[in-house]
Amino acid sequence: MATDGGTLIHPSGERYVAPGTLVPPRGERYTGAIITDKIADLVLVRPMGRGFYIGFIVTSAFTLLFLVAISYLFATGVGIWGVNQPVAWAFALTNFVWWVGIGHAGTFISAFLLLLRQHWRTSVNRFAEAMTIFAVAMAGLMPILHLGRPWFAYWLVPYPDVMNIWPQWRSPLIWDIFAIATYIIVSILFWYMGLIPDLASLRDRAQSRTKQIAYGLFALGWRGEARQWFRFETAYLLMAGLATPLVISVHTVVSLDFSFGLVPGWHSTIFPPYFVDGALYSGFAMAIVLAVPLRAIFRLRDFITVDHLSKMAILLLVTGEIVFYSYVVEAFNAYYSADAYEIAMIKIRYFGPYAPISWSVILCNVLIPQALWSGKLRRNPLALFCLGMVVLLGMWLERFMIIVASLERDFLPSSWHMFYPTFWDLATLAGSVGAFAFMFLLFLRFLPAISMSELRKEAREKPIRASA
Amino acid sequence: MIHSLLAEFAGPNELLDAVRQARRHYEEVDAYSPYAVDGLAEALGMRRNRVPLITLLGGLIGGGGVYFLEWYSAVIDYPINSGGRPLNSWPVFIPPTFELTILGAALAAFIGMLVLNGLPKLHHPLFNVPQFDLASRNRFFLGIRATDRRFDPTLTRQYLLGLDPLRVVEVPE
Repeated sequence: MATDGGTLIHPSGERYVAPGTLVPPRGERYTGAIITDKIADLVLVRPMGRGFYIGFIVTSAFTLLFLVAISYLFATGVGIWGVNQPVAWAFALTNFVWWVGIGHAGTFISAFLLLLRQHWRTSVNRFAEAMTIFAVAMAGLMPILHLGRPWFAYWLVPYPDVMNIWPQWRSPLIWDIFAIATYIIVSILFWYMGLIPDLASLRDRAQSRTKQIAYGLFALGWRGEARQWFRFETAYLLMAGLATPLVISVHTVVSLDFSFGLVPGWHSTIFPPYFVDGALYSGFAMAIVLAVPLRAIFRLRDFITVDHLSKMAILLLVTGEIVFYSYVVEAFNAYYSADAYEIAMIKIRYFGPYAPISWSVILCNVLIPQALWSGKLRRNPLALFCLGMVVLLGMWLERFMIIVASLERDFLPSSWHMFYPTFWDLATLAGSVGAFAFMFLLFLRFLPAISMSELRKEAREKPIRASA
Repeated sequence: MIHSLLAEFAGPNELLDAVRQARRHYEEVDAYSPYAVDGLAEALGMRRNRVPLITLLGGLIGGGGVYFLEWYSAVIDYPINSGGRPLNSWPVFIPPTFELTILGAALAAFIGMLVLNGLPKLHHPLFNVPQFDLASRNRFFLGIRATDRRFDPTLTRQYLLGLDPLRVVEVPE
C-alpha cells in the first residue's frame, strides 16, 4: 500500500487514519472507519513505549518468580508453605477462590449484560473477558498446586483406568473440576468467537505478510457475509444465555467445597449466594482497576467513558452492599443456631488472633466502599482505581478469613494451631498476580482490547462523539 | 472465469435497499458488511438457522452423556456404599450433569456456527479483490455470483451500476 506523509492509502484511494492523530475533531462522531483504524492500530502499528517495556519486565519477573515457586513446590512438597494441621487449606485455596471470583465479572459483563440489552457493555466486554480467562487460568492452577502429589491431578477426571476405580461423584471437589474446566473452556470459546470478526479486520488491515498470515489463520477466513453474521449472532446470543447460569453455578460449586464440610464458619447454607456475590464484587473491582489505566494509556477515553466507569461503580456498590448483608447474616445465623461452636467461631473471628484480618475485611469491603454513594466519586477515575484496589485486597483477606480463621480453631482445643505464611506462600500469590498481569499485557499487545465490530454497530445506532 | 460481481456501498441502508432490489432479479445474491446489519439475512431470504437446534442437541449429549457415566460408574462398574446413600444418588449427580450440559451446548453452538458458515475457509476468491479489505472496516458489498441463472457479465454489471453504488468490481475465480 502507498503512504502519504505517514498516512496509509488503500489501493482504492481510501485513506486510513494515521496513528496518533486527533480524529475525529472535537464534537464530531466516530465513524466505523475511524473506530477500526484507532483500535487496530493499537496492536498493528503503535510502537511499544517505555512504559510498556517496564511493565513487561516487571510482570515477567514476577511470572518467573511464580514458576520458581511452583518448581520448588513440586520438587519439595507443600511443606515449604506454612500449612499445618488443622490449617491444611490456606494460601492456595484463598488464591483459588479469589481468582475464580475475579473471573466472574468478565462473564457477567459480557453475557448477562448482553441478555439485558445493556449496550454500554460493548466497550468493556472484550478486555473483561480476557481478564476472566487469565484469572480462571490462575485459579485453575491453585488447587493442583496444593494437592501434595500434583502429578496425580488427573485422577479427578473420570476415565476407565487400570485401577478400576471411579471418582466419588458425591463430592463437591469432583464437581469443582467439572465446573472450573467448563468455565474456562466456555470463556475461551465465547471470547474467541467474539474475536473472529475483529481478527478479520486485523488481517485486512495488516501491512506485513507475517501479521496477515497470523491474524488470517485465526480469523478462519471470516468474510462478514450476511448469512455468516446471522448464524454468528444466534450462536453468540446462545453462548451468552449458557454462560450466565454457568457463571452462577461455578462459584456455587466453589462455595460448596466449603459448606459441605462440618467446620464451623463453613457449614452454612448462605454460602452459595454469598460467594457468588463476593465473586462479582471482586471482579468488578478488577475490571475497574484494569479499565482506568487502559483508557488513559491507550487514549480510549471516548470509548471507555466516565459513564462506563460510573456504571461499573454502581454495580460495585450494589454487590458490596450484598456482601455487607452477608457478613451480618452470617454472624446472626451463628447466634441464632445456638450452637456453641458456631458462636465461638464468630467470636474468634472478630476478637481472636485473626481479628486484625477480619476488621480489615470490614474496613476494605464495607466501610470504605460506602464512598461510592457519592456520584462525584463515581465519576473520578483515579478514586475508582484506588477503591478497586482496596476492594481486591479486602476480598482476598475475606477469603483468607473464611478459610484460615475457621480452620485454625478445631473442635478440640488441643488441635488449635496458628497459620503463618512463609516466603513461598507470598511468592505464589505475588507470582500469580504477576503472571496475570503479564498475560494481560500480551493480550493488549496482540489483540484488540475493544470489540471493533460491535463498536461499529453501536456507533451507528448511538453516535459516539469525540471529547478532545 | 468470474466468481462474482461486487457492488460497493457506503452504508447499511444503501446495501439493504440494493439487496431487496437485486433479489427480485437474481437468486444467488450475497451481502457483506463490517458488522451484523439487522434484517440483512432476512432480505436475503434467510429466516432461521439451525444453530439453536445443534446447540440443543449438544447440550443433551453433554448432560445425558455425563449422567450416564455417573450412573454406570456408581451403580454398575464400581458400586460402593457411601454412608448408606442409594447407588444412583441423582441429586448429587446433577452438578456435573449441569456443567457438561453447558459445555456440550457451548461447543455445539461454536462448532455448529463455524461448520454451517463454511469456516474455516482460509482462501476465497473474494480475498483476491483489494477493495474487499474494506469489508471488515467501513464498506458494504453486494455480490451476485456468476453461477446465477440470469448472470451475464455485461448486463449484470449494468444492473449493479443502476443501483447507484460507489463502484462495481469483478471478482476473478
